[in-house]
Amino acid sequence: MCTYLTEKVSVDGSGKGARGWFPLTHATVYVDHPQHAPQEHTLNIDFINPEQGPGARVAVELTEESALALVRAIQDALAAAPPGLASADPAK
Amino acid sequence: MNDTMTAGTVTITSGNGDPIEAYLARPVDRTGFGGIVVIHHMPGYDEATKQMVRDFAVHGYAALCPNLYSRQAPGASPDDAAAAVRAAGGVADDQLIADVEGAVRHLKSLDGANGKVGVIGHCSGGRQAFLAACSMRLDAAVDCYGAFVVNEPPATMPATMKPVLGLAPRLSCPLLGLFGAEDSYPAPQETAQLAAELDALGKEHEFHTYDGAGHAFFAVDRPSYRPQAAVDGWRRIFDFFGRHLSA
Repeated sequence: MCTYLTEKVSVDGSGKGARGWFPLTHATVYVDHPQHAPQEHTLNIDFINPEQGPGARVAVELTEESALALVRAIQDALAAAPPGLASADPAK
Repeated sequence: MNDTMTAGTVTITSGNGDPIEAYLARPVDRTGFGGIVVIHHMPGYDEATKQMVRDFAVHGYAALCPNLYSRQAPGASPDDAAAAVRAAGGVADDQLIADVEGAVRHLKSLDGANGKVGVIGHCSGGRQAFLAACSMRLDAAVDCYGAFVVNEPPATMPATMKPVLGLAPRLSCPLLGLFGAEDSYPAPQETAQLAAELDALGKEHEFHTYDGAGHAFFAVDRPSYRPQAAVDGWRRIFDFFGRHLSA
């Protein structure tokens, strides 16, 4: 199905797309048909900067298992580092 | 047999006056051909859809696919454009109607056109094909597994995806519906309800639901592809357009 369901969050960081590195402002997260992955549906994440146009996008299409493993890996990596080390405001 | 055709990108004028990009394929050295508006699916104005446009031209039709994302993402690759439009909530019904109106007008203006025009869409385009056929004068419409024609989508979906069953009294042409028995959006129960409504209204329609097929069974580049359903579906599409788009 075409879900149209989209979670959108503000993000602060950089991504490398087809035209090189660019600052990221948002990420959209949704479950829908992939463009490339050989699955009916995938968990898709677009890291984007709408001000720089539709091409300012880093896209991933993951199986549900991969997406959940990624969530755990992100949490584990952050937990293993000193608190606040990668924060936008390390003094906090 | 003369199956020579030409294909490429053109600019057409939408029904609301906007210039938009579109992909046109048409027979060469032939006259009296019908026109087909191809509504691309949500993943965009992509290679698979353009191939479908060319296939119709090989079979003697002029086919035109308006890029529904040309305003929001001009010049972007189809997948980037689809992501941007998706994040913005999708294509509004009013815009879809205007873009199909522009495409119909363009097809009718071609030298050699017989003045008859049909529409076809898959997935989100299936709902939009029905919407178009209820919003303007057409000669044939094909809805390939369009969801949310009858049922309300989940509440979290954008307001652009509202059921359009209430428009059925205004259906202007015969409707061919091709669905998968294992599809959930639309589920067989939903398409049966649409058929019952069209029966009650005396609207000409022909629905086929394929066992062993789910959503997107025509998509040759996806695991949902079901050759038996797709081959039979294509046969029915050409038969349907042949009956309704001939001069």
